[in-house]
Amino acid sequence: MPELTYLEAIREALCEEMRRDPTVFIMGEDVGLHGGAFGVTKGLFEEFGPERVRNTPICENTIVGTALGAAMTGLRPVAEIMFADFSALAFDQVVNQAAKVRYMFGGQCKAPLVVRMPQGGLSWKSAGAQHSQSVEAWYVHTPGLVVVSPSTPYDAKGLLKAAIRDDNPVIYLEHKAMYSTKGQVPKDEYVVPLGQADVKRSGKDATVVAAGYMVHFALEAADRLAEEGIEIEIVDPRTLKPLDEETIYTSVRKTNRAVVVQEACKTAGVGAEWGMLIYENCFDWLDAPVVRVTGEDVPIPYANSLEGPVWPRPEDIVQAVHQVLYT
Amino acid sequence: MKMTLSPDTLKQIYRTMWTIRRFEETAGKLYQKGVIKGGIHASIGQEGVAVGVCTALRPDDWITSTHRGHGHHIAKGADLGRLMAEIMGKDTGYCRGRGGSMHVAAFDVGSLGASAIVAAGVPMGVGAALSARMQGRDRVVVSFFGDGAMGQGTLHESLNLAAVWKLPILFLFENNQFAVSTRVDQSIAVKDRQALAGAYGLANACVDGQDVLAVYDAVHAAVELARGGGGPSFVECQTYRFEGHYFGEPQVYRTREEVEEARRSLDPIARFGAVLVAEQGIPEGELPALEARASQAVEEALAFAQESPEPPAEAYKEFVYA
Repeated sequence: MPELTYLEAIREALCEEMRRDPTVFIMGEDVGLHGGAFGVTKGLFEEFGPERVRNTPICENTIVGTALGAAMTGLRPVAEIMFADFSALAFDQVVNQAAKVRYMFGGQCKAPLVVRMPQGGLSWKSAGAQHSQSVEAWYVHTPGLVVVSPSTPYDAKGLLKAAIRDDNPVIYLEHKAMYSTKGQVPKDEYVVPLGQADVKRSGKDATVVAAGYMVHFALEAADRLAEEGIEIEIVDPRTLKPLDEETIYTSVRKTNRAVVVQEACKTAGVGAEWGMLIYENCFDWLDAPVVRVTGEDVPIPYANSLEGPVWPRPEDIVQAVHQVLYT
Repeated sequence: MKMTLSPDTLKQIYRTMWTIRRFEETAGKLYQKGVIKGGIHASIGQEGVAVGVCTALRPDDWITSTHRGHGHHIAKGADLGRLMAEIMGKDTGYCRGRGGSMHVAAFDVGSLGASAIVAAGVPMGVGAALSARMQGRDRVVVSFFGDGAMGQGTLHESLNLAAVWKLPILFLFENNQFAVSTRVDQSIAVKDRQALAGAYGLANACVDGQDVLAVYDAVHAAVELARGGGGPSFVECQTYRFEGHYFGEPQVYRTREEVEEARRSLDPIARFGAVLVAEQGIPEGELPALEARASQAVEEALAFAQESPEPPAEAYKEFVYA
């Protein structure tokens, strides 16, 4: 099986979908010959030309609004927002328009658009407060949106293909720190269905729920804990909304202990939602209170000495697992 | 350029303007009686804009609309019964009671919907225009917006993007003089507002929105330009909102005399009626029957809506797909 980077897997999904379906096209800032700020769309302009790989002015709200109008009238746009932080400029079109048109208009239209955006910080250092946020909680709170956060090249490709084929607006969150991570990606056609979690590592002692880049921190924590004879199970929801609750519950009912992990700041994050769902649905199985591992409630600072403490670390997950195990 | 329209088309314009007037008046009465709970933003006084614009469009052309959008939908050919049912929150409404007055759409006649967020429908119109072009069709799009939208960033972004991509869209600036309570000269500094669009590279015009044929002529020219690949246009229609921002709004920002004077001198239906008789050779005696047909159509729509059931409560999640 060929090995691809996370970035190449995303590009391959775009390329294959554009070859398969002439209604799929890309729009965004510098996505043309330049290939996007991170190079995700590099080479697509040469293959598909300026009509289907459309450079836009800097106007995030209108990029998403235009993509939505095109989606409602028969096309399948993939809009790129250069950094997830900038999607705040497109908030109205994402939250008030794209998320609502199918419901508000009583099913008269579809809204098959994907809005890709790189988020997060960590190994992508010193980008500061406006280029480092993890924004998934902004969008999972809005009915009508699908929110996806892949953690591996395999998932990145399969989920993007599923997102492009879905008739709903999909917020596709890429993590900047993972663009160069490698993984096996089959050459043959496949999709990863939306709304389906994946158990990234099996274990019997505690469940760790983590998505995106945090899956890799959880895997690192799992290796360290294994040395102590503790086997954790890592559940990667992959799709944050709609959430595959059953896979989480099955795991927690088996291990009786749960840690939830998010890179984003603590308050009202997806971890809070996962934790509460576990309480609502697995309370009788729990042998310890759920523990959260999260970022701190501060804007992301610039200096390395300041940003270090803001993000969760693998050792925080190790410690949290010890906490739920009372060890 | 003055276009020549057939007597049938002229009469239909007159009748449709009356249909909008009667529809809005009926909605107002239902609101005042408490039958309709949500606010109604009536387009009384602005009928010449909606009808002048949509008469210049083909059935398969697309529009995007606003919170003051009943007239746009009626002029585009929406079914009156389903429209009235929607604003009454009925299951037979265009949006099965999920949208209401401010969020109605009628895809069957090319309305991609009203948005109640000021200017939000405009970039969606740009996207529809892109869609028309990428699908190789000669459809055009008209995005309606008001003077309030001229302050919104996305409106200016949309003008710019449509000009850069030379898209087949008409930006239809329906200047009814007021954004809630704020007069247009308090929100846009320049007097020559169409020049704002000109600066982005769009063809532009400004017409008397109370003259339905002037609106038609300007829109016809813009639509022909767009259909032929000549790119986007911007047309300002100067009109006047006879009612408050919504029915029952106190209107502290203008005098009763100003409104009465506008109703006397700026009524687009009365003006067009006079033009039909004096310049178009329509016998004056035919006009009351056209008005009566409009009234009857609205009464039938009301009866349909009143008899229609509300959506069943347990269906509140229907159309939630994600």
